[in-house]
Amino acid sequence: MTRLILQRLVQMALIMVFASFVIFAIFDTDEFKRKLAVAELGGFGVAALSEEAYANWLAQKGLDVPFHERYAQWVGDVLQGDFGHSFEKNRAVGPLLAERLWNTAILAFWVFALMIPLGLLVGILAGMNEGSPRDRALSFVAVFTTSIPEIATAILLTVVFALGLGWLPAKAAMIQGFDPWQLVLPVLTLVLYAFGYLARMTRASMAEVMTQPYIRTAILKGLPYRRVILGHALRNALIAPFTIIVLQLNWLLSGVVVVEVFFEYNGFGRLLLEAALFGDVYVIQAATLVAVAVAVTSQLVSDIGYTFLNPRIRFGA
Amino acid sequence: MTTPILECENLAISYFTRAGEIPAVIDFNLEVMPGEAVGLVGESGCGKSTVALAIMRYLGRNGRIVGGAIRFKGEDLVTASEERLRQLRGGEIAMVYQEPMASLNPALTIGRQLVEVPLHHETIDEAGARARAEAMLERVRLPDAKRLMAAYPHQLSGGQQQRVGIAMALLSNPSLLLLDEPTTALDVTVEAGIVDLIREISTEFGTSLLYISHNLGLILETCQRLTVMYSGEAVEVGSVAQVFDAMRHPYTRGLFNSIPLPGADKNARPLMPIRGQLPLPHERPDGCNFAPRCDYFQAGTCDHGTIAMAAVAGDEGHYSRCRRFAEIDWEAAAPKRKEAAAAPLGRKVLEVAALKKYYRLQDRSLMALLRGREARFVKANEKIDFDACEAETVAIVGESGCGKSTLAKVLMGLEQATSGQALLDNQDIANLPVQQRDQAMVGYLQMVFQNPFDTLNPSHTVGAQIARVVRKFGVAKDKAEIEARVLELLDTVKLPRDFYHRLPRQLSGGQKQRVGIARAFAGEPKVVVADEPVSALDVSVQAAVTQLLMDIQREHRTTLLVISHDLSLVRYLADRVVVMYLGHVVEQGATQDVFSPPYHPYTEALLSAVPIADTRIKKKRIVLEGDLPSALNPPSGCPFQTRCPRKLGRICETEAPPWREFPGGHGIACHIAPEDLAEMEPVIAQA
Amino acid sequence: MSTTLERPTRPSLLARLENPKAVIGLVLLMWLPLTLYVMAPRLLGSLHDVVLLPAIPATLLLYTLAVRAFRGSTVAVIGLSLVFFWLLMAVSAPYLPLIDPNRPIAPFTPPLTEARDHFFWLGTDMRGRDLLSRAIWGCQRVLVWGVTATTVAYVIGTTFGLVAGYFAGWWDEVISFASNVLLSFPVMVLFIVILTYLGPSGLNIIVAVTVASAPAIMRIVRGLTLDIKTRDYVFAAQTRGEHPIYVMLIELLPNVRGPIIVDACLRLGYTTVAITTLTFLGLGLQPPDPDWGLMIREAARSAMLWQFSYMLLVPALAVSSLILGFNLMADGLRELSLRD
Repeated sequence: MTRLILQRLVQMALIMVFASFVIFAIFDTDEFKRKLAVAELGGFGVAALSEEAYANWLAQKGLDVPFHERYAQWVGDVLQGDFGHSFEKNRAVGPLLAERLWNTAILAFWVFALMIPLGLLVGILAGMNEGSPRDRALSFVAVFTTSIPEIATAILLTVVFALGLGWLPAKAAMIQGFDPWQLVLPVLTLVLYAFGYLARMTRASMAEVMTQPYIRTAILKGLPYRRVILGHALRNALIAPFTIIVLQLNWLLSGVVVVEVFFEYNGFGRLLLEAALFGDVYVIQAATLVAVAVAVTSQLVSDIGYTFLNPRIRFGA
Repeated sequence: MTTPILECENLAISYFTRAGEIPAVIDFNLEVMPGEAVGLVGESGCGKSTVALAIMRYLGRNGRIVGGAIRFKGEDLVTASEERLRQLRGGEIAMVYQEPMASLNPALTIGRQLVEVPLHHETIDEAGARARAEAMLERVRLPDAKRLMAAYPHQLSGGQQQRVGIAMALLSNPSLLLLDEPTTALDVTVEAGIVDLIREISTEFGTSLLYISHNLGLILETCQRLTVMYSGEAVEVGSVAQVFDAMRHPYTRGLFNSIPLPGADKNARPLMPIRGQLPLPHERPDGCNFAPRCDYFQAGTCDHGTIAMAAVAGDEGHYSRCRRFAEIDWEAAAPKRKEAAAAPLGRKVLEVAALKKYYRLQDRSLMALLRGREARFVKANEKIDFDACEAETVAIVGESGCGKSTLAKVLMGLEQATSGQALLDNQDIANLPVQQRDQAMVGYLQMVFQNPFDTLNPSHTVGAQIARVVRKFGVAKDKAEIEARVLELLDTVKLPRDFYHRLPRQLSGGQKQRVGIARAFAGEPKVVVADEPVSALDVSVQAAVTQLLMDIQREHRTTLLVISHDLSLVRYLADRVVVMYLGHVVEQGATQDVFSPPYHPYTEALLSAVPIADTRIKKKRIVLEGDLPSALNPPSGCPFQTRCPRKLGRICETEAPPWREFPGGHGIACHIAPEDLAEMEPVIAQA
Repeated sequence: MSTTLERPTRPSLLARLENPKAVIGLVLLMWLPLTLYVMAPRLLGSLHDVVLLPAIPATLLLYTLAVRAFRGSTVAVIGLSLVFFWLLMAVSAPYLPLIDPNRPIAPFTPPLTEARDHFFWLGTDMRGRDLLSRAIWGCQRVLVWGVTATTVAYVIGTTFGLVAGYFAGWWDEVISFASNVLLSFPVMVLFIVILTYLGPSGLNIIVAVTVASAPAIMRIVRGLTLDIKTRDYVFAAQTRGEHPIYVMLIELLPNVRGPIIVDACLRLGYTTVAITTLTFLGLGLQPPDPDWGLMIREAARSAMLWQFSYMLLVPALAVSSLILGFNLMADGLRELSLRD
């Protein structure tokens, strides 16, 4: 099993190297650098920038050296925690990113805290008895909530709870310091969309396990039904949902962009979008790299977790 | 009179689906007395497993008992409460299942799964239950019980898993044990061990057994009485002697005529398959369900009303569901099939010499890289020598993992041999991938596959799939010609011509296998490799497909290379036999030579393990210990030394056995002196 | 051998259309004009005004055929109905008595009221454009770009999946590694990076969707291929020396079709979400033509008040109903495929 994990680690490292290379190469084009030069030197746009001024700027920034040297330099800086400078926000990218990531982490924590129990419970209850009225009702709820995209959920919740009933704030900008009430709508939006997916996967896994011969064996051993479910079915049925829960982190980094933008929450997703629209290259590079790192790590955790949960792999055949 | 342990009375079970009610069992009676072992025999779809599950009251959501009664020690099970059922299941009635691997929970240790049985059925503490479980593991002859308790199911071999399954069933001393095809998924030699164990249980524990199987031979070895089922009904009931030697139902007779018993001969006494196929549950005919397939059918007698079980006069305990059994002359020899002369053999077409195939095991982990990458090999074929003549049938026999399928792949050009040669008409094909063979050679050598559900592409029509082969090998050119040829081939395999436009899912297993045969013969091959061509089919269908294969072979003078684990079939159909074990040829020769002494000790054990459905046959019992060693790390010296009951000693572990020649081209790879080999007793003897 | 086949009675029009060729024909008849109409209106020239007319009966026929094929599953029929409702709206929008979706008339008119000689069922937006008309016209772009992008992603993903699964070894390692690299980007991050790099436009959305979904599709197809290629019929094709391309296209592809179609329905849903979301974020389709994402974007900026919430609700409900349609279709199809 250690062999498997090591193998995964090597693969993940390779992916990181490759991804960082792609990210760097994409934003290392002439076009982007000219935009940056204009932004820094001032002026009327890329067209007005003289070649000479541009060349000087490149030299001044140390950008006139060959590509591979710059890439090595960038990787070296990143590894030392130096992510460059944000042109739009005029501050170092590292602390800015850390601050925004922390905000997103708070959001993510609540999303997971609500989504996991809800998703698992609904999935197990539905999958225990495939095709029963309870299964059909729960499955429909799950399909329904996942079918409404985050943007629409956000709108519906805002219209009802903020604009209509006035119970909750419509925005989560947290201008006057941290306010937990402002978090409610963003968290609810993400939970509603995500729990359905988890519930559906759990249901599928549970339903499949319930048709396995070993469940028949357990029932015909004369075990009480509760014992069959808790002792025999869940042990196998929860392996797949576990990996999905961890991989949801990857998905959350996508969903969080819309929700943060809609509710004006100062998190990682909003930072990324603003940087993208502004052409704030170092922020995009850093944010993307962090996103990939989070995704790759969650993949690794999911793989290792799967290995641990599944005795067939743990005690390798 | 003692009450029976189990009594099924006019039992009727239906499944309720979207399409309506499907009656799986229509009228079923059964009695199991204390300490008795009763067999339940029938082909797939006859309802025998449904009966077992009904006894457990486990029919799923859409299955229901719609009539009759099931009584356990006089207590009605049909109306029993859930709580009462929970006490009975696993406590009083236990079950052993067909797929040992799938029936054990992969995420729990063997110990956990065993211990919970006494914990839930008796007042016993964890330690006590654990001790009981360990003792029971030893009772079912699983050594090293302590270690096993901590193991997970996937770490055990199939035979061990089934022994665990039996131990689990016996843990709470049930009065009735249901065995649902407990050995079907296992190799013959492993099966022999399990059957021994089952026999012991019924004598030692006094447990009543209901043994469900499609294999009459196994029933003979384990049971005292049996019930034959056909299409949802019991058709014949009686003691083993009554049913085997004086059967009184045409279906039972048909079954016995379709299995290759010793004495059957492909030329002189060919098999007689039952024609047609099992009716679907909603298409059962009025009157006798077997009528459309019956040789004794009489219009006006057999085709109306419900037919009841009737006692056979003068034969107590023997019943038959046939209106005509009293009129039929059971002693008269069955109407004989046309005898055929043995086909004379032709020139040699295939010569395999010292063929070796190793698979390199890929190990690309970091550790392997650091350690300098030791190459590991799966030694699938070690040294294979044999040859085959035109019109000859050569059988390659061995259990799973002996390397017979690898051999087929090398011959077909899907894998390349590591060394050695395979001459097809004097051209070496051992290292010639199929893409590099010319069209004529590819058409020359074709294959029939094992699994009927896999052999045809589910997305294309039967006609299109055969036509492709016809076109590919240039047998016919233009469209009309190709179609005519395909229809001709359908005639050859005795399928209706309108199957041309059918999709495979509209065909039964036997029909699919016939299409597979038509496809193999579409390119007019000289050599056909048939990999377990009938093993996935029902007994009565097996006979028909076997017969068909032989008829076509005889007509085209094709060389047939049959790969099989079924020794009865091999004895019936092969001219020569090659016995393989762990990638080695351990014995080969003419069929009658291989099936009589001198034997290789492995052949001897194999022969002894094959169940034979004939009460007059006496067999010597040899049960092999242990499991097949891994081909990754085969034993030194003789490959069979780890399990050989006739092992001589050190020499078997150190030196590869010599090839000992006997008259008639018969050869055995063994250290035992030829004189000693020649003195072996026959395993099978007519009593 | 004599076969006594009954002479079939002349089949109905629908029965005759129930074959792959006719269905493909109908799909093309519906889809090609719509795609041209949305993607390259200038190419159509004088045909512009009539080109969608034959698509209307084609859509209705396809709907009838689809309902017949999936009548076993209520869920599938509900899903189909939602999707076909929007398809019908897309092809018939030019011929419906709708107000010009880009014409400002009376700003902030609430639903079901009349203003300046026009009756507004769903009200108007802050520039006074009719919301009903914008919602109906808006589905064209989402549908066309979404379906095209998904199709392109499928063609590429399936090709790579077949190659990786069938040839295995070196091919598989390269393809799988490349897809793992792409899959390690969170989808939205990947979209943002690509669209920032290429600039926002419909064509670039196709590129982005392909890069984001093709690896996942490839994984599915690869997995199915690895399973199916061990079947005996594939073995049989190999033993008669068939070319690998034949084996992949004739023996493998038709048998991976089932799971792929179910997945395609789900993925059409995801793509619709992605396009709407990207447009909302300002990275997707550009104004002024009506589009659900744009409608949300504009309304979210200037109408966050209870009395104007209909401006947000109309596009939000429209896009939700289409995605629900795709998801229910996928669920129903899976249920049907399991039943066989």
